[in-house]
Formats: sequence, C-alpha cells, structure tokens
Amino acid sequence: MRNAILDTSKDGMLEVIRGFLKGLLEKELVNAILVPVELPSGNNVVQTLVSNPEKLNSANPLAPVLPVNSARIVSSITRTGSSQRKIAVVLRSCELRAVIELAKLKQVTLDNLLIIGIDCYGTYSINDYSNLAEEGKSPTEIVLGNIKDGKEDELLREACQVCEYFYPMNADIVIGLVGMDTDKAVLIQAASEQGEKILEAMELQEGNDNQTRQAAIKKLAAERTARKDELYGKTREKVTGEEKLPTIFAKCVNCHNCRDACPICYCRECLFDSPTFEFGADKYLDWAEKKDALRMPTDTLLFHLTRLNHMASSCVGCGLCQEACPNEVPVFSIFRMVGDKVQEVFEYVPGRSLEEEMPLSTFREDELQEVGYE
Amino acid sequence: MSDKFDPVIVGFFCNWCTSTAADLAGTSRMQYPANVRAIRTMCSGSVDPVYILRALLSGADAVIVGGCAPGDCHYVSGNYKTRRRIKALKTILNALGLDEERVWLRWISASEGVKFAETMKEITEEMEKKGPNPLKKQWTV
Repeated sequence: MRNAILDTSKDGMLEVIRGFLKGLLEKELVNAILVPVELPSGNNVVQTLVSNPEKLNSANPLAPVLPVNSARIVSSITRTGSSQRKIAVVLRSCELRAVIELAKLKQVTLDNLLIIGIDCYGTYSINDYSNLAEEGKSPTEIVLGNIKDGKEDELLREACQVCEYFYPMNADIVIGLVGMDTDKAVLIQAASEQGEKILEAMELQEGNDNQTRQAAIKKLAAERTARKDELYGKTREKVTGEEKLPTIFAKCVNCHNCRDACPICYCRECLFDSPTFEFGADKYLDWAEKKDALRMPTDTLLFHLTRLNHMASSCVGCGLCQEACPNEVPVFSIFRMVGDKVQEVFEYVPGRSLEEEMPLSTFREDELQEVGYE
Repeated sequence: MSDKFDPVIVGFFCNWCTSTAADLAGTSRMQYPANVRAIRTMCSGSVDPVYILRALLSGADAVIVGGCAPGDCHYVSGNYKTRRRIKALKTILNALGLDEERVWLRWISASEGVKFAETMKEITEEMEKKGPNPLKKQWTV
C-alpha cells in the first residue's frame, strides 16, 4: 500500500489536511466532499457536503466533536442508490464502522464513495466543545496537547475515553495522526485500490511504512481497553440484577432519542412507534391490578431490552445514545457492555469487514447445540 | 387451594412441528401440567425477542419457544435463526443480571406428542423449583 506524508511544519496540520481535500476537488478526483465544517459562530462544526474547494477553508475534520454519527448522513444520501458523481466522505472510526454495518443492512450504497478515514483521539460533547470555543480556547489543540503529554482527558465523552477503535478500518484513504509527530507530518495512506489510484493522482510526498504508528496504536488501544474494563466493572455493579435494572431505566421517559441517535437502528418504522404498543384503558388497569401499581409510561425497560436484541451485535460504541438521553440514563455503558458480550459470542466485530456476515442474519448448522435441543 | 407456587409459562410453538405435537398430545389424551399458555406462531423464527421479553417483564415465570428440529424447518432455515436470536437474548439477559434460564428453546417435531407432554412437565417442575419471577411484583418495570 502506498504511504505518503503531508508536511505540516510550515502551515500546521489543519491547513495541510484542508489542502489535501481541496486537491481532491480541484483535480476533479471527486465531485463533492462530506466533511465537518466550522459554523460561522466558530463554536461548533456540522457535517457539510462541499462542492466548491473554497468552502473547505473552514472545513475541520479534526474538531473533537460529533454532533451526529455521519453514517446516518451517508445513509440518507446513498440509501436509494449511488450517484454517477463521486463523493468523498471524511469519517471517524465509529462513523466508518457504522457505515460498513449499514452497507450490510442495505442502508448505504458504497459505490462511488471514496471513504477517507481519520484517526480520532476522542470528542467532547456539543456543549463542552462550544464552551471551550467560546472561552477562546481551541478544543482541537487541547485534545492533541493532552495526547502529546500523555494526559488523560476527563472531559472527553465517556464513549471516547474507552474507545479502542480510534483508527480507521475499511477506509480507502487513511489520514493517520497516531504515532506521527504531527508538528512535522501526518500520514496519508492508501488502503484500497481506489485509494491507491487517488493518491497516485495527488502526487504527494512519499512516506514509508511507519513502525512507530503500529506501536502507538497498540499502546493507546491497550490503555483504552483497560479503561473500558474499568467502566464495565462499575456498570455491572450499578445496573445488573432484577432490583437495580428496572430502577435504572425507571428514569427513562420513552422519548426514544437514543434510538434516533443510534446509527445502527435503521428501521423506517420502529416496532415501538407501531400500534403494537397502543393499549386501551382496561389493559393498563389489568396490569396495575396484577402488580398492585404500574409505573408510567410503561414499557421503558422493554424498549431498551428489545433495542439491545436488535442492535447489540452491531453496536459500534459511538456513544451518541448517551448524548441524546435527556435524563442521564447510563445507556452508553450498558449498551456497549452488553454489545461486547453479544459480539464476543459470535466472534463479530462491527465494521471489521464487509464480507463478514452479521450474526443475526446468518447461522451455522452445527453450532449452539446447548441453546436449543431435543 | 394450596399455597403451592403455580408457575405461569408462555409457550411460542411453531405451526408445523411443536403446535402439531401439542395437538397430538391432546388427541392422545396425554396428561401434562396446564401451566403453559400456548401461542401458535407460523415459525419459531417469527418470534421476535420483544414478545419473549414482554412476557418475562410482565411477570411470566418462563417462556418456552418450540420449533422444528434443525434441518426440518418448514421454511428451511427459520429455526437456525431462532437459535442465534435466543442465544443473543440469553447473552443479553445474562449480561444484565437477569435470569436467562427462564428462556427455553426446544425442538419438538410433529410426531413427538410424548416429548411435548414431557417437556411441558419438565419446564413446569423446573420453574416450581426456581420460584416466582422476581419481576412479577416489580412495579417499576
């Protein structure tokens, strides 16, 4: 695979990445780029489909904030089919992994997409990001600074603090920061045939296969995994069991925001929006009589357990469910922990490979004999 | 009336095998506990976990899904998918500290009336031993 580098010593990392993206448009290698762009107010970024290279002056794929999981956006653009025109999409790992899952679910068409995956050190919540920006600080610099100093950043979203998949899988082109001295250079790596052709046309400065990068990835992944295990321990303590679990979810108000923010939950009409869950007065009264009292709204725990059954095997751990929850139900840590268990059973890693079949849409004849038997 | 715990069990039985086995047990006048509330579905593969969960959270003491034996599914592979789905469900329940042993999956084919009666007896006895589902009286669920 071809490795190239972008020299950041003169203009800084953000400028040279912008320059690289501009080059894709100027050389007409792609017709448009989906990339986070800074709002005029400067206190946030939004995913933007850019066709004019000049508009990339305020693009910022490094901004440590994730307002939506862009897999949802890629899906809305390509669900009904691809265009003749080529789109480059700049994605973080959790977004890219969700794109792969959605492609398997036929919710994303990968044809004519150029996937640019970018290393992600983590993101802040929208509010934390805005607050930092409004205080005149650069959230991007803060994240990179902490990484350089080896400092743990407690302000990062919980999902990011425990994310061991911060490097892109299945991209066409990788923009690599991990293990690079980003004051000097960032890595641009072709990771597919298509990426190879694009890089060839871009005529970038050659780089070599970076051993330090692999070592740095390993080291950071191990740190994150240790934090993740710690989080799982705490979560298990707090939520498991017939007593605790219903109490945790009793704070849920059935807004379904977690589902709407989830990149994996893709059903056009969710079962929980259907008349299956509309009941008459007598039904409620029957239930109340059976249990002496009935917590309202009903079916909150049922909703979450069902959602887990539907999406846990593909959960990419982006944590946007947590951001969307108005009542701080610890949905992220619960979903990620349970998701991990299910994925472990089926030896499945969401977004790892396009060829790997999703656990619940395939089977082997000679498996799981202990679950169903004669 | 004795105070003996009488478990409530919900059964989802596929049309082609387990439901037919239930009919056979009935027409052969076999005796088995009346604790199982049988619901006929077209295939065990059409039982979404939501229905199993609904029963458990509403206080059912166990749920049993019955389907055709592997290789015998009327729809070719429905039961294989059921098996994966039940495995996922049990894993999820287990990870959250809920009792996965209250979910059963059994293959009972159309000619196995005896096995149907025996399985219903078995699950009833197991649940009697286990005691009531703790969620039965949890009003916050």
